[in-house]
Amino acid sequence: MSLQQKANEMRKLVIEGIYQAKSGHPGGSLSICDILAVLYFDEMRVDPAKPKCPNRDRLVLSKGHAAPALYAALALKGFFPKEDIKSLRNIDSHLQGHPCMNKTPGIDMSAGSLGLGLSSANGMAITGKYDKKDYRVYAILGDGEIQEGQIWEAAMTAAHYKLDNLTVFADINGLQIDGPTLEVMNVGDVAKKFEAFGFNVIKIDGHNIGEIKNAIEKAKNTKGCPTAIVCKTVKGKGVSFMENQVGFHGAAPNDEQYKIAMEDLEKEVAL
Amino acid sequence: MGIPTREAYGRSLAKFGHDKEFFVLDADLSKATQTIFFKNEFPDRFFNMGISEGDMTSTAAGMASCGKKVFTATFAMFAAGRAYEQVRNSIAYPNLPVVIGGTHGGVLIGEDGASHQCVEDISLMRTMPNMTVIVPCDAKSVECLVEKAIDFKTPMYFRTGRLATEDIYGDDATFEIGKGNVLKDGTDLTIIAIGDMVYEALEAAKSLEKEGVSVAVIDMFCVKPLDVKLVQKYAEKTKKIITAEDHNIIGGLGSAVAEVLAENPVAKLKRLGVKDSFGKSGVKKDLQEYFSLNAKGIIDLYKQM
Repeated sequence: MSLQQKANEMRKLVIEGIYQAKSGHPGGSLSICDILAVLYFDEMRVDPAKPKCPNRDRLVLSKGHAAPALYAALALKGFFPKEDIKSLRNIDSHLQGHPCMNKTPGIDMSAGSLGLGLSSANGMAITGKYDKKDYRVYAILGDGEIQEGQIWEAAMTAAHYKLDNLTVFADINGLQIDGPTLEVMNVGDVAKKFEAFGFNVIKIDGHNIGEIKNAIEKAKNTKGCPTAIVCKTVKGKGVSFMENQVGFHGAAPNDEQYKIAMEDLEKEVAL
Repeated sequence: MGIPTREAYGRSLAKFGHDKEFFVLDADLSKATQTIFFKNEFPDRFFNMGISEGDMTSTAAGMASCGKKVFTATFAMFAAGRAYEQVRNSIAYPNLPVVIGGTHGGVLIGEDGASHQCVEDISLMRTMPNMTVIVPCDAKSVECLVEKAIDFKTPMYFRTGRLATEDIYGDDATFEIGKGNVLKDGTDLTIIAIGDMVYEALEAAKSLEKEGVSVAVIDMFCVKPLDVKLVQKYAEKTKKIITAEDHNIIGGLGSAVAEVLAENPVAKLKRLGVKDSFGKSGVKKDLQEYFSLNAKGIIDLYKQM
């Protein structure tokens, strides 16, 4: 299966989980599926049989509301059965509304409250350097999320400690709960901001598998500073009526919408 | 007079750093929190995070998730106040082995005034799931409890004070998380105290003994989990309890003891603490008088019982 197809399978699981749960965040989950597909199926050194392996690569989903996308990647990778996705947000499920590292195998850091994750990723990267381990750390941030001040405290820390084992993905989908980021709180030129904070910055199309792969490769070859991959993405990517629709930040599809969404994603596979 | 408990915190980290591998994080206050003692000995395991307590706290979580024991240090106001949400969501919810060091707790820190006098930290930390709350009263207890904290597997809030305290414990002292220490036995009144107020409790007991009142004194250095059995035992034994703390009267040690006695009302209770007000500048002695955080304050409460 190609990485594109993996991403598409993940999108189907995202829709399935949120449809079954009747709640969740499809928009921001669908925008990061391609990034996660490359990370989990091409790049990251992880082993579903040893989810706590000390020398594994780590991922912090700082925009924790996109949990369904991460769950989809972990399920397809074999950390837990695909069927579990249907239990998303249920009282008996290990799949919480936002990621919980003590409940779900493969989750490296609990998340949900925005702005905390880059700091935790820094902590992992600093520890990796201290322990002289070669694992890499990835953090995925939302563009709404970077309105949180702690992100920039953490950006300062990452550069100060020269965390070249850290790669940050900024998911720039342009929308947040109350509307376009431009209107709610303009985050401006995110690439320039990270550059000013001392990052190696790479701008890409966050849905182009080749560009994602190349950017990760460049990040791995960059020494002495962290890398920020600033990804232009489409919120709701892959589902026609969700794309660029702020209303689907945190709304589940109804029966009819579920059918259309799955049809859309079947077509994508056919392509 | 002994050394301040914050200094004991820094010195203890440096002492135990030789045998145990743990990280220490500070937010540009290492000379005040005294983690500088650790920094000087183990610069490769000391990380200055700059003036960003929230970032420091979540960074500690990331380190702990990789198997490291981590101690943070900043003023109680910033450790429990500014970084409250980072403590909750980055450390307590994932149940990570981080010790959140809050120095300069309470109003008796002195001249800096209300912005720095945290009277809510014990309350904030006590209500957080997975959190253990420790408030030592002297240098020896800090040293013993730091040693325990190193091997402690879940989150801990460790509150210390700014100014010198009287030495309470000798070299043979022992401490167990979840237990209080009975410093003096008695039959008419039990004073349950933490931090600086432990010394004041012992002084109050001395005075009251002269008047023929038999007073027990308990150092409840572990506010959470509270030693409920010990509270109940002394409630039944002495029928009168006074709690004493340099903290808001709402939510701290007094509230914890009140919760026990409300469900099993076998003793009268009076709580000595800051009466739901902010602090103010002043020298320690003047602040103690202003807020009645001294032996006299305890004795006055006893006379009302």
